[in-house]
Amino acid sequence: MTTFLIVGIVVLLIAIIVRIAKTSEMVSVVKGTKETMEENSKTFAYIFLGFMFVFFGGIAWSLMKYKSHFLPESASVHGVWIDNIFNLTLAVTGLVFVLTQVALFYFLFKYRQRKNAKAYYYPENHKLEMWWTIIPAIFMTVLVVTGLFYWYKITGPAPEDAMVIEVTGKQFNWIARYPGKDGVMGKRDYSLINDNNIIGMDWNDNAGKDDIIPTELHFVKGKPTKIIIRSRDVMHNFDLPHFRVKMDAVPGIPTTFWFTPKYTTEEMRKVTGNPKFNYELACAQICGQSHYAMKMAVKVETQEEFNAWIGGQQSYYTTVMPAAAPAPVAVDTTAKAESKKAGI
Amino acid sequence: MSASTHHHGHVDQESIYHDAVWHEHNSHEPANQHDHHDTFFSKYIFSMDHKMIAKQFLVSGIVWAVIGGLLSALFRIQLGYPDEHFAFLQTLLGHWAPDGKIDPQFYLALVTMHGTIMVFFVLTGGLSGTFSNFLIPLQIGARDMASPMLNMLSYWFFFLSSMVMLSSFFVASGPASAGWTVYPPLSALPEAVKGSGAGQSLWLISIAFFIISSLLGGINYITTILNLRTKGMSMARMPLTIWSFFITAILGLLSFPVLLSAALLLIFDRSIGTSFYLNEIYIGGRAILDQTGGSSILYQHLFWFLGHPEVYIVILPAMGIVSEVLSVNARKPIFGYKAMIGSLLAIGGLSFIVWAHHMFVSGMNPFVGSIFVVLTLIIAVPSAVKVFNWLATLWRGNIRFTPAMLFAIGFVSLFISGGLTGLFLGNSTIDIELTKTYFVVAHFHIVMGVAAFFGLFAGVYHWFPKMFGRHMNSTLAYVHFFVTFIGSYLIFWPMHYQGMAGLPRWYYNHNSYESFSHLGDLSKFISTVAVIVFICQVFFIINFFWSMYKGRKVTEANPWEATTLEWTTDEILPIHGNWAGDIPTVYRWPYDYSKDDREFIPQTEPAREGEHVV
Repeated sequence: MTTFLIVGIVVLLIAIIVRIAKTSEMVSVVKGTKETMEENSKTFAYIFLGFMFVFFGGIAWSLMKYKSHFLPESASVHGVWIDNIFNLTLAVTGLVFVLTQVALFYFLFKYRQRKNAKAYYYPENHKLEMWWTIIPAIFMTVLVVTGLFYWYKITGPAPEDAMVIEVTGKQFNWIARYPGKDGVMGKRDYSLINDNNIIGMDWNDNAGKDDIIPTELHFVKGKPTKIIIRSRDVMHNFDLPHFRVKMDAVPGIPTTFWFTPKYTTEEMRKVTGNPKFNYELACAQICGQSHYAMKMAVKVETQEEFNAWIGGQQSYYTTVMPAAAPAPVAVDTTAKAESKKAGI
Repeated sequence: MSASTHHHGHVDQESIYHDAVWHEHNSHEPANQHDHHDTFFSKYIFSMDHKMIAKQFLVSGIVWAVIGGLLSALFRIQLGYPDEHFAFLQTLLGHWAPDGKIDPQFYLALVTMHGTIMVFFVLTGGLSGTFSNFLIPLQIGARDMASPMLNMLSYWFFFLSSMVMLSSFFVASGPASAGWTVYPPLSALPEAVKGSGAGQSLWLISIAFFIISSLLGGINYITTILNLRTKGMSMARMPLTIWSFFITAILGLLSFPVLLSAALLLIFDRSIGTSFYLNEIYIGGRAILDQTGGSSILYQHLFWFLGHPEVYIVILPAMGIVSEVLSVNARKPIFGYKAMIGSLLAIGGLSFIVWAHHMFVSGMNPFVGSIFVVLTLIIAVPSAVKVFNWLATLWRGNIRFTPAMLFAIGFVSLFISGGLTGLFLGNSTIDIELTKTYFVVAHFHIVMGVAAFFGLFAGVYHWFPKMFGRHMNSTLAYVHFFVTFIGSYLIFWPMHYQGMAGLPRWYYNHNSYESFSHLGDLSKFISTVAVIVFICQVFFIINFFWSMYKGRKVTEANPWEATTLEWTTDEILPIHGNWAGDIPTVYRWPYDYSKDDREFIPQTEPAREGEHVV
C-alpha cells in the first residue's frame, strides 16, 4: 500500500513539474525567449553563487562530522609516511580546488548576461598560459618526488631480521602460515592441495612439518614483518586498512609486502578511543560471492605475548594427521619420498 | 590565390567526393533531392545519413543509460538498506532477489553490468557515436561521412553487440559478474562465480562486436576529418569538438584491438584449455590445469592498455562539446585555442603510457610503478591547462545560462573535483591506501562518469534544435540540471569519506567488518540520493521524447547565434547531404565571438579588408 502511495506521489510531483515547465515555456514565448533568458540570468547567477557557499559550507561541515569515520592514525611505520603525503596532496589540491571553484562560480556571477553588455574578445595570452602550465608542473614535481621517495622506501627489500608470514587467499577466507621452531617454511605445491592439505604442503619436506596454520594473524609490535601473499584460486587482495597495506594475491605468482606494526591491539584501543577495537584483514579485490565477508582477525602484541601464543599452537601437520605419532611418521615420509624418487 | 581558383578548387574537391559517395549527383544536388525514394527502412533503420545514425546512437544510448542507471539504483538499494527486504525486488528480479533481497552473486552481476553498460554502451557508443556522427560532417562542411556504408555498419554492429549483452541478462547463470574489467581467473572459471558461465561468454562476444563497431566508426571519423573538410577548413580552423572527436577516434583505433586480443585469449582460456592467464589454480575441489605458467597480470596489462585510453575516449568528446558550448554561451572565443588542441594531443598521447597506474599493488616491479607515477602525474598538467582555459573563457564573458551552458559549467566543476582526486590515486604511495576503495569509485565516477554525462547532456541540449528542428523545454532542463548536479555531488562526495575510512569496493554489504560497519549511515544517504537522482532523469527523458514530436518549433536557423557550419544549413533541419546548395566555404576560425563590435561572425564570412583572421 505504501509503495503505491509513494509511486503515486512521485508520479504526481513529476506531472506537476512538467505542467509548470510547459506553462513557463508558453509565458517565455509570449515575452520573447531571448528576453526571458536575459531576465533569468540574474537568478542563475545568484543560484550558482549560493550553491558555491552551500557547497563549501557542506564540505566543511561534513568533514567535521565524518572525520571520526576515517581510518585512525596509522598502525604501521610506513603508514605514517603515506598519511603525510596524503595530507600534503590534500593541502595542494584543496588550495587548487577552492581557487578554481571560486573562480568558476564568481565568474558566472560577475559575468552573467546583461542587457547591452559585450563580452571581451580575448583569444589568448601566451604568457599567462605558460605560467599556468609551469606552476602545475612544479606542484606535480613536488608530489612525484616526495611520493616516490617513500614509495622506494616502502617497496624496498625487507630487513634481514623480518618475521616472515605467508598468507594465502582462497574463496572465501585467508590461510596464514607461520614457520615452526626451525624458522623455515616447508615447500608447497598446488597440485597437492586437498581438503586435508589446504595449501598443498609437501610432507616430504621436513621443514614444513612444524609449520603452523593458525586461524588468526598475529604480528609483533616493532618487528618488521614480511608477508608472502599468494592465492590458490582467483585474485584476491591482502588489505590491512589500519596498517595502510594492500597487495594483490595472484594465483601462481607470490607477491610480498613488508611493514612494521607500531601499536599493539591494546594500544590501538587507546589511540582510537574504542575499547572494542580490533585489527582486521580484508579482501579488497573482487573475488566472488562472499568477497564482502572474506576477513581474518588480526592481533598485534608484544614479543612475549606472541611467543606465548605461537608456543600454544599445534603444527598443521599434527592437526591434519592426528593419528600419526611423530616417530612412525618420519619413517613413513622417508619411505614415501624414496619410493617417489625411485618412481622418477 | 584569386577568387576563381578558390572556386575551382572547391568544385574539384566536391566532385571527387561525390564520385565516391553519390555517384550520379553533381556537386549542386545533394543526395535525396530526387531519385532516392526513402522507405521507412532506408530512412530510419538502415540509414546511411550520418544524422540519422547519430540519432540511432543517441536513442540507443539513452535506453542503455536508463538500464545502466536502473542497475545502479538496484544495487544501491542493497548497499543502503542491507538488512531490509523489498517485495518489489522479487517481483522485478525473481530468483535473483529471493524474499526481496538481492542475491550476493547477482549483486556482483549488477555492478559488473552497470560498469560495462555505462562505459561502453552509453559513454562510448552513446556519446562519441552520437556526436562524432552528427557533428563531424556538419561542422567540417561535408555532405556525409567518407563511407556512409561503414558508418551504418558501425551502428548495426553496436546494435548487435547491445542485443548480445542484453541477452546475457536472461541466461540461467546470470550475466557476467567479475567486475567490468573482468579480470581472470574470476572471469575465466564458472566454478568461481556463476556469472563466469554463459553470461561471461556473451559478454566477450558482445565486446568483440562492440570493438568492430568502434573501429568501423573510428576509421570513418578519421578519414572524414582528414579528407572531407570544406574549402578553407584547415585543421587549425576546426572547432574543438572536431579535434576532440578526431583524437578520440585515433585512441580507439589504436587501443581497442588490444582489448580484442585480451578478450580472445580469455575466450581461449575459457573454452579450449589454454592458460594464458591461469596458473596453479585449485577450485571446486580440483586443480583445474595440468600445465602451469600463465599470468593473470598479463590480462591486466592488456586490458588497461585499452582501459586507460578508454577513459579518455569517454572524456575527450565531452571536453570538446563543453569547450564549444562554453564559448558560444560566454560569447567569447575559447581561450587558448592552440593550447586546447595541444593539451588534447598531449592527453591523448600520454593516455597510452599510464595504464599500469591501475596496477600499483599487483606485485609489479616498484621501479616500473614509479615510471607510471611520473607519466600519470604529467597528464595532470595538460588537464590543468584545460581547466584554466575554460575559466579564462568565462572571464569577462556575457554568459547566457542556456540548459546546455549549465551542463557545461557543471562539467567544469565536476572535472576539477574529480581530476584533483586523481593526484592522490596517481601517486603510488597514496594509492596503496586508497586503491580498490570507494575513494576510487568516487574519483572515476565524478571525473569520467558524471562529467562525461554532463558533456553528453550539454551536447543534447545544445544540438537538439539542429537534430529535430524543435526546442527542448528549458524549465524541465533546468530542473534536470540542478537535481543532477547537486545530486551527483551528494552521491559521490561522501564516497571519498568511505574510501578514507578504508571501505573496499565490490562489497555486497560492509556490516561483517567491525572496521566498516560504522559507514552504514553514509551508505544509506548515498543510496537515497542516488535513487532520487535516477528517478529525476525522467525529466530529461520526458523532455527529450516529447520535444522530439511536440516541442516548440525552431524558427531561426541559428538559435544560439553560433559561428560553426552546422548552423548554416539551408534548411533548419538539414537534408541528407546537409546543404541543398554548395557546401559552404570557410574563411575564419570558429571562435569569432564579440569581435570588433560584432556579436558573432560565422565561419563562412570572408575577412573584411584589413581584418586579421585566424
